[in-house]
Amino acid sequence: MSTENSAGGRSGTPEIQVRGLHKSFGDNEVLRGIDLEVGAGEVVCVIGPSGSGKSTLLRCVNLLEEPTQGQVFVSGTEVTDPDVDIDAVRRRIGMVFQQFNLFPHLTVTDNLTLPQRRVLGRDKAQAAEVAAENLRRVGLSEKATAYPGSLSGGQQQRVAIARALAMGPRVMLFDEPTSALDPELVGDVLAVMRMLADEGMTMMVVTHEMSFAREVADRVVFMDGGVVVEQGAPAQVIGAPTHERTRHFLSRLLDPAMADVEDAPRKSP
Amino acid sequence: MTETDTKVRPRRRGLTRSQKRTVSRGVQYAVFVAALVALGFTADWGQLRNQFAQVDLAERMFPDIITLALKNTVLYTVSGFVFGLALGVVVALMRLSSVGPYRWLAGIYIEIFRGLPALLIFIFVGVAVPLAFPGTEIPGGTYGKVALALGLVAAAYMAETIRAGIQAVPKGQMEAARSLGFSHARAMVSIIIPQAFRIVIPPLTNELVLLFKDSSLVLFLGVTLEERELSKFGRDLASETANSTPILVAGLCYLLVTIPLGFVVRRLEAKAGEATK
Repeated sequence: MSTENSAGGRSGTPEIQVRGLHKSFGDNEVLRGIDLEVGAGEVVCVIGPSGSGKSTLLRCVNLLEEPTQGQVFVSGTEVTDPDVDIDAVRRRIGMVFQQFNLFPHLTVTDNLTLPQRRVLGRDKAQAAEVAAENLRRVGLSEKATAYPGSLSGGQQQRVAIARALAMGPRVMLFDEPTSALDPELVGDVLAVMRMLADEGMTMMVVTHEMSFAREVADRVVFMDGGVVVEQGAPAQVIGAPTHERTRHFLSRLLDPAMADVEDAPRKSP
Repeated sequence: MTETDTKVRPRRRGLTRSQKRTVSRGVQYAVFVAALVALGFTADWGQLRNQFAQVDLAERMFPDIITLALKNTVLYTVSGFVFGLALGVVVALMRLSSVGPYRWLAGIYIEIFRGLPALLIFIFVGVAVPLAFPGTEIPGGTYGKVALALGLVAAAYMAETIRAGIQAVPKGQMEAARSLGFSHARAMVSIIIPQAFRIVIPPLTNELVLLFKDSSLVLFLGVTLEERELSKFGRDLASETANSTPILVAGLCYLLVTIPLGFVVRRLEAKAGEATK
């Protein structure tokens, strides 16, 4: 475990608090005791090899996965409390998925207005106004009447972000938002996320985009094997990792061809 | 082909591929023509014409066969379909429920009603329901009875189709809806079921064709003159006149509806296939 316990972000009370979180799928223990805090307005990037449990951690925060053990608090509400109104909690947590998950039978605008009307009880005009405003923020006003199927992956993901924002969340979770995109479409999505970060949104981002993590994150968390191995400022975790596993992961990620060459001498102590 | 190829491979003996195809096609045409000729010579065409093609008798059936019989057939089918669809959605949701007894009940229902001939269910509705609930009338008279009997059969088939449709909607759709704050039930109604229905429209339309034909089983419920549908109408007139022409005309009326419907189904399936690409 790292010595840096929660850099604290830009403000005092943590918006997300994870305590002693365990999650198993059958015999497979994916999370083995996670403690993590995300401060209000903080941007935390979670990195790590596939299978390290980072997506599961994210999905435990809004209870898409039910933790086996441990507690999760969002904005002071215990999400893991069996009596909690989980639908009410989720309204305050926006989530963006790797596969966008737009509703394909609805137009872009209806994707944004239907949840507002059904979940928040906004009237049609009000929902349409909020939808238009958020489509403008992600730069897709001209696609308001299009169906998701006619949009590029990058456009779909930006609509998905706008859909989450239209609910007025306090926290945004991003689960590998650019992993399903063609490389040339990644930039637009990251630009929108950067804008959100600049506006002070509390964000937890599972990503493989190291340059995004380096430039935008307040803190980077490296996970491997279901635990947090190391966390701290991006320059430290990505620039000068202290753990062997972090170094190994980063060298593979940054230059897959070089990784094995560099690994060889280190492996024999 | 290069020169080395022709040297390595020995020349084929016997027929080339295109020659074989020609022979195969020739044989199929020959069998077809032979069957037609055999039928032409062996069938008693005069007798058939007398029995099935009495034009004046056919003319006598209009307009009642359309304004009464076809109209009733459509009414029976539509009411059965609507009731079956509603029940089918309920059974499908029960089948997907997290509550065990609901799943079992739905499973048992589907197995029983898919396993029984529709005819037995018509008889059951006509006989057993009045016995089981004496004094209570099924609302809508014959129409209610038919809707019940047809709907019970259709629901079993449609439930399985709808369940498959719901499960064909990607898991991410439910997750996205839940993450936006939809309850499970609300996500089902607003997000999942509308998508599931687009998937199952072609098979459900096919079920409509089957129901249209099964409505002929009304025959066994005992109906008034005003309630007769195509089969009963045709058969009554056939036995009255001791001639089968009315049966033929009734049959043509069925085809008048089922062939266009079948065409619609194929169009919908082609469209659905395109959409999923």
